[in-house]
Amino acid sequence: MGKIRTPYLLLLPGFGFLFTFFILPILNLAQTSTQTPVGGGDTGQYEQTFRFQNYIDAFVDNKEQFARSFIYAIIATILALMISYPLAYAIAFKAGKYKNFLLVLVVAPFFTSFLLRTVAWKQILGEEGFVVPTLRSLGIISQSTTLTSTSFAVVMGMTYNFLPFMTLPLYASIDRIDPRTLEASGDLYANAFTTFRKVTLPLSMPGVVAGTLLTFIPAAGDYVNASILGSPNTKMIGNVIESRYFKIVDYPTAAALSFTLMAAILILVTIYIRKAGTEELV
Amino acid sequence: MSFDASTARGDLILTRITKSYGDFKAVDDLSLTIPKGSFFALLGPSGCGKTTTLRMIAGLEEPTVGSIHLGETDITTTKPYQRPINTVFQNYALFPHLTIFENIAFGLRRRGVKDVDAEVNKVLNLVELPHLAGRKPTQLSGGQQQRIALARAIVNRPALLLLDEPLGALDLKLRRQMQIELKWIQKEVGLTFVHVTHDQEEAMTMADTIAVMNEGQIEQMGSPADLYDNPETAFVANFLGQSNLIKGTISGNDGDSLVADLYGQKISLPKSRSHATDNSIYAGIRPEKFRISLLNTPVSGNVLSGGHIEDVSYIGVSTQYQVAMPWGQELIVFEQNDDGVAPFKKGDAVNISWEPIFTFALRGDEDVTAGSEVNPEVLDEE
Repeated sequence: MGKIRTPYLLLLPGFGFLFTFFILPILNLAQTSTQTPVGGGDTGQYEQTFRFQNYIDAFVDNKEQFARSFIYAIIATILALMISYPLAYAIAFKAGKYKNFLLVLVVAPFFTSFLLRTVAWKQILGEEGFVVPTLRSLGIISQSTTLTSTSFAVVMGMTYNFLPFMTLPLYASIDRIDPRTLEASGDLYANAFTTFRKVTLPLSMPGVVAGTLLTFIPAAGDYVNASILGSPNTKMIGNVIESRYFKIVDYPTAAALSFTLMAAILILVTIYIRKAGTEELV
Repeated sequence: MSFDASTARGDLILTRITKSYGDFKAVDDLSLTIPKGSFFALLGPSGCGKTTTLRMIAGLEEPTVGSIHLGETDITTTKPYQRPINTVFQNYALFPHLTIFENIAFGLRRRGVKDVDAEVNKVLNLVELPHLAGRKPTQLSGGQQQRIALARAIVNRPALLLLDEPLGALDLKLRRQMQIELKWIQKEVGLTFVHVTHDQEEAMTMADTIAVMNEGQIEQMGSPADLYDNPETAFVANFLGQSNLIKGTISGNDGDSLVADLYGQKISLPKSRSHATDNSIYAGIRPEKFRISLLNTPVSGNVLSGGHIEDVSYIGVSTQYQVAMPWGQELIVFEQNDDGVAPFKKGDAVNISWEPIFTFALRGDEDVTAGSEVNPEVLDEE
């Protein structure tokens, strides 16, 4: 009898935690999202009126920021994938005894605060940094162009900040590929490019899917990069939610936007996983 | 490459191939011709350079010095995918994300072959696994994976099929069965097979010609019977089966035979089986060629007397004896258990005799232990 109860007892702390800090807040958020201001009440006083129109209002007012969030997140995810794939491939197949050292380097940025690292990018892309003068002297950007407070800076910051989340799962799945399957592919008349397309890439798909999700999901909800590296013209939905909560004290709109964002991410991710067909992979 | 190597056909010719890794020579000035249509085995202990040789033939490594020709075509620096050569990899290297059908179709699709379905089904029938076409490699047993790896290679009808320890991962019984099957398939499809193995029995069962490799060079090449009956070096004598090597000197000449003195006892051996360069020799006799007899029994042929049975091991089809000789050496003798005679007992005083034709002679300055410690396999279960 004790044997039957043990697994449930072991699950209890986890369930307790999830219930208190996930289920209850979510329910509370759902409740808040359909409230309206108390007539004649103070700022921040709301009552439950089940006004689902809140969702439509919130979405219509912030369409632009929604769109920007997803576009930035998609661009940052693609850039991170393009940077991480060769990196992870090199670490897995070419690094030899430096493998572990390189993996530590990939994780090393986590030893510094996320905020500090983002602020550092402000320096890198600033007038005093080396990037802007170099690009100007090469004639790639005009003398008057700046990089800070642009969408370029925001996307760069997101790409940089989420890069390890892309690299690590990619590395894990590329490292598992038996190099002999790549030799076998060459042996069976596939050149390097075909081998990559037909063998390496399909075998690393679990890592590609995991890495893109781990990058895209937090990137879509991110507001730190946009607020530090961006301008009012690069506001993402995270910035709107943040200001609705803490500055305007418009809880219902903030809650409605949060739910809309969650739903949008969930739908996109579901479609993506279906398309990627990861269940087909071993 | 400006020319097209993919249609090259003919004998495979390795000319003075050397492959160095730093100071270490994995393959050392090796020359070899593998005739078209043969079943050729590269046999040797691990680290002898046989796998490196195979990888150079496949194009997975490039020789440091030397050239590789397939018929008239120089393929030394040709990329693997441009060579009409396919490999059955050790542990098979099947593509885990593809079905068995797609695994086999891989090479055909790359070459743009028209009727992929028919070709794949034909080869699936050849390896007797047509019902597994839709499965993934991980759902197959080791023996089935082995056959699919073979099918994936031979479906391309390469000029040359390379097999890298293809049966190493299988259990003994399955290995036996696959040895026979591989041999049959080779005859059936008529391709040149080059088989790399450290298992002397496997090489002898399957190959027409065996090249025994040691330290990056070929020790001896020939048919299994040649190598076994007439080894030229102690390494070959010990690596292929077991040998009794007895120190002696050549003392006379008698037509087609030589007379040798082994610790004061005269024996004769055929001149054609002497590889000695001077009078100092090691006379070699395979354990199963020896006959044991009690002192008072008449014997013929070569005789060594004064032995004592030191140890008796009964192993079913045969009994293995260790016979201590007066000069302190222990000889190994295998006697078939086919005559209904009770085995000899420990301590029996015996003579050892054999037909002179079964004697070979090695150079007297050879290391008699060469090749013996590297291969624990002996001619047991026969």
